[in-house]
Amino acid sequence: MDPVSTASLEVSGLAFAYPDGHQALFGVDFTIGRGERVALLGPNGAGKTTLVLHLNGILTGGAGTVRVAGLQVGRRHMAEIRRRVGIVFQDPDDQLFMPTVREDVAFGPAAAGLKGAELEARVDRALERVGMAEFKDRPPHHLSFGQRRRVAVATVLAMEPEILVLDEPSSNLDPASRRELADILRSLDVTVLMVTHDLPYALELCPRALVLSDGVIAADGPTGDLLADDDLMRAHRLELPYGFDPRSVPAPPGRG
Amino acid sequence: MGAGHSHRLYRHGHSPVHALPPHTKLAAVLAFVVVVVSTPREAMWAFAAYAMLLGAVAYAARVPAGFLLKRLLIEVPFVAFAVLLPFVAEGERVDVLGLSLSVNGLWGAWNVLAKGTLGVAASVLLAATTELRELLHGLQRLRLPPLLVQIASFMVRYGDVITDEMRRMRIARESRGFEARGVRHWGVLAKSAGALFIRSYERGERVHLAMVSRGYTGVMPVIDEVAASRAQWSYALALPCAALVVCLLGWTL
Amino acid sequence: MHAPDGFIDVPVSAAAGILAAGAIAVSLRGARRELDDTARPGAGGGAERTAPLAGLVAAFIFAVQMLNFPVAAGTSGHLLGGALAAILVGPYTGVLCVSVVLLLQSVLFADGGLTALGVNITTMAITTTVVAYALFRGLVKVLPRSRRSVTAASFVAALVSVPASAVVFTLLYAVGGTTDVSIGKVAGAMVGVHVLIGLGEAAITALTVGAVIAVRPDLVHGARGLGQKLKLRVNGELVDAPETAEPVPVAARSPRKVWIAGLVTSLLLAGFVSFYASANPDGLEKVAADHGIDQQAEEHAVADSPLADYGVKDVDDARLSGGLAGVIGVGVTVVAGTGVFWAVRRRRTADERAEDTTSAGTSV
Repeated sequence: MDPVSTASLEVSGLAFAYPDGHQALFGVDFTIGRGERVALLGPNGAGKTTLVLHLNGILTGGAGTVRVAGLQVGRRHMAEIRRRVGIVFQDPDDQLFMPTVREDVAFGPAAAGLKGAELEARVDRALERVGMAEFKDRPPHHLSFGQRRRVAVATVLAMEPEILVLDEPSSNLDPASRRELADILRSLDVTVLMVTHDLPYALELCPRALVLSDGVIAADGPTGDLLADDDLMRAHRLELPYGFDPRSVPAPPGRG
Repeated sequence: MGAGHSHRLYRHGHSPVHALPPHTKLAAVLAFVVVVVSTPREAMWAFAAYAMLLGAVAYAARVPAGFLLKRLLIEVPFVAFAVLLPFVAEGERVDVLGLSLSVNGLWGAWNVLAKGTLGVAASVLLAATTELRELLHGLQRLRLPPLLVQIASFMVRYGDVITDEMRRMRIARESRGFEARGVRHWGVLAKSAGALFIRSYERGERVHLAMVSRGYTGVMPVIDEVAASRAQWSYALALPCAALVVCLLGWTL
Repeated sequence: MHAPDGFIDVPVSAAAGILAAGAIAVSLRGARRELDDTARPGAGGGAERTAPLAGLVAAFIFAVQMLNFPVAAGTSGHLLGGALAAILVGPYTGVLCVSVVLLLQSVLFADGGLTALGVNITTMAITTTVVAYALFRGLVKVLPRSRRSVTAASFVAALVSVPASAVVFTLLYAVGGTTDVSIGKVAGAMVGVHVLIGLGEAAITALTVGAVIAVRPDLVHGARGLGQKLKLRVNGELVDAPETAEPVPVAARSPRKVWIAGLVTSLLLAGFVSFYASANPDGLEKVAADHGIDQQAEEHAVADSPLADYGVKDVDDARLSGGLAGVIGVGVTVVAGTGVFWAVRRRRTADERAEDTTSAGTSV
């Protein structure tokens, strides 16, 4: 948790109610420095998804502000914000909406105006970073779930985002795919915000964690410390898998 | 994968017909079918000529005759219809093998059979030599409204996902001992259909979010430019042009 | 009913093509409005949402057409989907979705001729959705506000939409058919069998709409504005909030008028068409063939139609007889529909009484 000079993401005083009156966020404040990997933990219904949808301006209109690399999220910079914040949604089938892997990865950069050889190079680079280069011309539904999730990460990497936001990245993955994805995420040098229920995964990948509960940030600190705090965990309906002791696991290597 | 949806008509290959840009093929097939339909039905030899033209294309595309003939089965309902025509049509009648048949009906049956078969054969050749995604590109190049092409692409992309969901729901039903046997069970099936609609719609909303998150503003970015050279156009249009000659001859002779 | 090439002559196919193109152009605009999500301010306008949502609904229609509904021993039917699409997502999006399904079926599976695409879109996409939606909205306005009314209205809308599509097909055939078959026979077989198919379509559509409305009433486009009334808690009891504004009307005209006008038109149309159609006096004999035409042309295996005979037996004048049969067809449809309403309405009032006595608790 080193204080970093430029923050990738600054959220302050964020509150939001859906049009039907249900209020999901009640003043969320946090800052994520450039290059940090942070886990966002919280029980179902804590407002995690609502928060994520604010980061690139899909939901707006509540109170408070969100800044991405100093740029305020709002109508004025929407295109730039959406390029800088890469959201990987939970179901890769929702994310991969184009007929082939290549076209899907190219979608974001092409929407931003990239063309020709430059676009092609961007696609290749993104696919290589997730180890999916050889699947370029396959239709997404012919890939395994783990492969699809990796392509989903590539679609976002291709936009060269400032911050990568992953919604439940480890869900439905077999242990090998889970580890492969972890290796990929560790190898990236972008800021990562990872929304997850998978506490061991959070501990493995993210030195820092935030706990979102009832629409506010209830805790913010090193992941190992938070997971070891039994009272905190119980108060926010967070449970470790059977037999898992965060104290016995070596802390994840931080980055300089 | 979902029955019937995956693009089963496509045959992978590297023939000259496969290599043609999709929009030229689409235009050629459409023009060919229009010409065929405009041919007077009395010019029976013209239809034989059309069939030979298609045979030549099939040969160039290396689509085996058996494959083509099997795909023609889709026409069977209309064959049955055509067979009925001579019995029900009006006008002058002739006696064939003791049956009283309408002359007009015989012509009508021939007309529907010949034109319908040629139309189906042409479409099957198109589908057999063009990949699904290419067909969509072709439709776009032929100036179909972009929004319509987008809708079609999403349908193609998610058709399998949704038929797969439907299959899983059926397996779930059957695993719990339910088997639809008659009208009494429609309620359960309809509930599945309703659930399928809700899932489809909600997936549409999530896809929309994912698209917007990557900078979508209502216009699909152009990723592949499909362009056709003059030579490719003339190559593709050789089929309808030849057919047109036959058709004109059919009218004049 | 996917017509192949050469079934309808070129001029009529072209005219139908132009009609279809026009309708699709109008629908492309209309669908943006329908799919616009004003409820979520940041979620973007209809233009962005149209492609993914309509695409997914088209995929749904495609998939659901493969869902087999067993009728009896070995035979089964499936949904055509026009009415269902219109009710669930609105007429414009409905036209788009069914048209896209037809387009792809024609291009990818050679199912329905390319030159007949205009004819197929006109009969199966435009006619079904427009007729179903007009009827549905009309009925929903006339009937009491409840979920059962929506189900009943879906039933009638789907029931009428299928024979309506057959009537339009017959009209096209009358103008541009390539074989001189007595139009009376075509109309008889088409409308007769399609009333039966319509019954199946109606049951499935109504059940499906009912299933959706039970879980996500907000997703049923045709039933927007039927949402539950706001309640106020006054002295611990729930009280209906005073209504501030009527739900946005979809049709500007008075619903009763629309309904009556629609009914009269369809009666007139059916009567007139059949009258004109059965111009040939010996058009009433080949009953078997009549059955054949449609049962084969339509992939549905449906049992004999009570109206397949088409003409009314005891009436001598063939024309008159044909016309009468058309009117009777529509009449039966309407009577069946009305019967359903009455049943529903009765049950509803009974329910309300029951609810009153047990003091208001749940409202749907």
